Amino acid sequence: MAALASAQKIKAKFGDLISEPVEFRGEISLTLADAQQIFEVCSFAKHQAGFDYLVDITSIDNYGEDPRWAVVYHLRSVKNGEELRITTPLSEEKSELPSVLGVWRTANWHEREIYDMMGIRFAGHPDLRRILMWEGYPYYPLRKDFPLAGKPTDLPGLAFTRPAPLEGGPFVTAPGRDAIEREPRVRTPEN
Amino acid sequence: MQTKSEFGYDSKIEGDVVITTVDAALSWFRANSVWPMPMGLACCAIELMAVGASRFDISRFGSEVMRFSPRQADCMIVAGTVTYKMAPVLKRVYDQMPEPKWVIAMGACASTGGMYRSYAVLQGVDNIVPVDIYISGCPPRPEAVLDALIKIQNKISKQPVISKMNIVNQLTGSAKS
Repeated sequence: MAALASAQKIKAKFGDLISEPVEFRGEISLTLADAQQIFEVCSFAKHQAGFDYLVDITSIDNYGEDPRWAVVYHLRSVKNGEELRITTPLSEEKSELPSVLGVWRTANWHEREIYDMMGIRFAGHPDLRRILMWEGYPYYPLRKDFPLAGKPTDLPGLAFTRPAPLEGGPFVTAPGRDAIEREPRVRTPEN
Repeated sequence: MQTKSEFGYDSKIEGDVVITTVDAALSWFRANSVWPMPMGLACCAIELMAVGASRFDISRFGSEVMRFSPRQADCMIVAGTVTYKMAPVLKRVYDQMPEPKWVIAMGACASTGGMYRSYAVLQGVDNIVPVDIYISGCPPRPEAVLDALIKIQNKISKQPVISKMNIVNQLTGSAKS
């Protein structure tokens, strides 16, 4: 498999920093132990392994574990038709890793979104502002310790938020025979 | 054949005259020329476009003049999800509209926040602007928008124009202060 060969190439270059490639349902994942090396790894992946397209950057909040964050890079090689995923753990104390904007320019808005929603900073990003919420919003809403209903904020003359009434929710769907059973309802682990 | 009678209304002498009150005439003008401000924020705006198109044809009610400047609009149709980030903009647009003005909250999101019980979504546009008509639906059918417009027209027809003015009250001596 071509993507596996490319992953082995990256593994050979960086040695112990990179885990063995893991294959799951035809998709190859690598884990980078040191998040501060992400720029070098991505630069090598683009220029030597042919991953010329950055599909997405996402982040995971493993709340209660250490390290808390994981940042996931989805790469694609358009000319070879390969896909590769690079995951790197990041501690909450640090919460900062190098920007890969110098490798793929499309990383600009992806990194801004992660900064906005999760509060992870990207060193070397030229314009690290919030992208969805407004400047001055004090929370990072996709963190696990942020309530679904939101928290009240007030910036006079700029914006305000209030917690949404959840009415016992969240309302979730479940498999069922008919539309009545499948309908979104309050579903706690007990019922 | 007799063309003239000694009694009743003669259009040749009196012209095409209809007698009414000034209030009723002005309300009639107002009600049939409601210029909407299309505040299209989400999928409801697609249905709002259908209302303007030929099948449903909002111009039958005199409201085909969609104004993208709030200064020329009478009725703001809030069509879609209002986020907290958008809320100050919406309030500002409403404040820029000249009096008299009306607001239609179109669809579940604009009325109550709809399915977005979330940190990012304003739970009903009536938190920041006064709403005259709420339309249910997600999104509502175009007929529902036309129904809301007719309800707005009925409301406008009942609102006095001249008799509420201060100058009239002063002339007739009924001003309180």
